[in-house]
Amino acid sequence: MTLKEQFIFNFIEDSRWKHLLKGLGNTLTIAFFALLIGVVIGVVVAIIRSTYDKNRDSLARSSNILNYYAFACLNMICKIYLTVIRGTPVVVQLLIAYFIIFASSTNGIMVASIAFGINSGAYVAEILRGGIMSIDNGQFEAGRSLGFNYIHTMIYIIIPQVFKTVLPTLLNEFIALLKETSVAGYVGIIDLTKAGDIIRGRTFSAFMPLFTVAIVYLAMVMLLTWIVGRLERRLRKSER
Amino acid sequence: MSDNFLIKTTNLCKYYNGGKIKALNGVCSEIKKGEVVVVIGPSGSGKSTYLRSLNLLEHPTSGTILFENTDITDPKTNINLHRRKMGMVFQQFNLFPHMTVLKNLTIAPTKLLKMSADEANKKALQLLTRVGLADRADAYPSQLSGGQKQRVAIVRSLMMNPDVMLFDEPTSALDPEMVGEVLDVMKELAREGMTMIVVTHEMGFAREVADRIIFMADGCIVEEGTPDKIFSEPEDPRTKQFLNSIL
Ligand SMILES: Nc1ncnc2c1ncn2[C@@H]1O[C@H](COP(=O)(O)OP(=O)(O)OP(=O)(O)O)[C@@H](O)[C@H]1O
Ligand SMILES: [Mg+2]
Repeated sequence: MTLKEQFIFNFIEDSRWKHLLKGLGNTLTIAFFALLIGVVIGVVVAIIRSTYDKNRDSLARSSNILNYYAFACLNMICKIYLTVIRGTPVVVQLLIAYFIIFASSTNGIMVASIAFGINSGAYVAEILRGGIMSIDNGQFEAGRSLGFNYIHTMIYIIIPQVFKTVLPTLLNEFIALLKETSVAGYVGIIDLTKAGDIIRGRTFSAFMPLFTVAIVYLAMVMLLTWIVGRLERRLRKSER
Repeated sequence: MSDNFLIKTTNLCKYYNGGKIKALNGVCSEIKKGEVVVVIGPSGSGKSTYLRSLNLLEHPTSGTILFENTDITDPKTNINLHRRKMGMVFQQFNLFPHMTVLKNLTIAPTKLLKMSADEANKKALQLLTRVGLADRADAYPSQLSGGQKQRVAIVRSLMMNPDVMLFDEPTSALDPEMVGEVLDVMKELAREGMTMIVVTHEMGFAREVADRIIFMADGCIVEEGTPDKIFSEPEDPRTKQFLNSIL
């Protein structure tokens, strides 16, 4: 068969391209919501961890010792979360989420989004924490001396600077996340990878569907890289 | 106010390393409204620690700080509200690098005082004009010279209408030719009646502008008085030695 014939056979006949389109949609949906969840978890965990690291002494001395214990407790929970998530394979986490934690749910896309989001959050948290710790303490002091409380100093002054410095690293995490969603087929979700595999199963020809899937992933990653590159250049304006 | 002072510290102590380092060792001081106080002393004498305690950037180990008749060392006091009234200018400027000059100036009043963006912009431009930087409103801090940065930093504090301004060696990080432009802004502030506490090595400024000079050594206030008295007839041998070493 020529490439053209293969293409028609694999994608046009029986409208098999619809599998790919649906798979791509699911992949993007999962990756998008996982990204959102991951960033929210990441920001919260990073703030808790860095607040604890930076203020351990003053918290311990503060008149409200309960504050200290509450923070120590939160910090411990975050540490356990980071250890467990980063110490186990994402496929296993996905299976546990699907078959145990959310066993009663029929919405696989949602469960996968949450599972990948929780997974990604751990990596985002550590990236952001590194970023927060690298910001000069004078920035905190300037914010606090103007009258911002700790959280507002974080949100208005520190985190925007952190995002700028860690953008390339974060991008790598997002790319990894996008590609990791390709294991969603394990829990019966038809994502891009699974869709390609379904076509392969129907047509018994591996070349065309699998390479097409690979090229689509590659295109998405390159697009993402390009977008972030532009964003980075715009943010860098302030460093000229 | 019942009393004549804006800030009063009583027996302020700040220890580090479990008491091995006594950065402040019982500092009692009163700052009157409208007064310009210059704090001098050798390196490590506790000047920065004293200044930074006043708005609780450093929490004193013991002692109290009354600011506008409120004990701000009381844990029940919401320090964020009082910090708005205490402008602080740092040696390293600490402008927010990811914001334009205008944004640096307007973020605190718009977020904290609920000032409208229009009003904040207008006020920022007025103040920038006064320090000669109206044309740099849209620049980023990295595009400014040191002297310009410090003037912006002063304006950033002024945007909150503070009752007192704290300066920690505001000209020490500047190239010599830029020191004057910053000191001029500070002199004008003083002339307008702003209460100021200034840690500095600029003795010319101290002599010219200060109502009172505080000399610190080893975490204590050793001697205080008018510039005339401190510079012409210091009493304590440590003051004499310090002045000899720098003048
Ligand atoms: N975080 C800290 N941990 C331990 N010791 C500290 C800390 N901060 C300050 N000190 C010590 O406290 C003392 C007073 O320091 P401070 O910075 O107030 O001095 P200073 O008069 O401002 O000196 P300089 O003129 O060099 O700025 C010094 O001995 C210093 O080493
Ligand atoms: Mg100092």
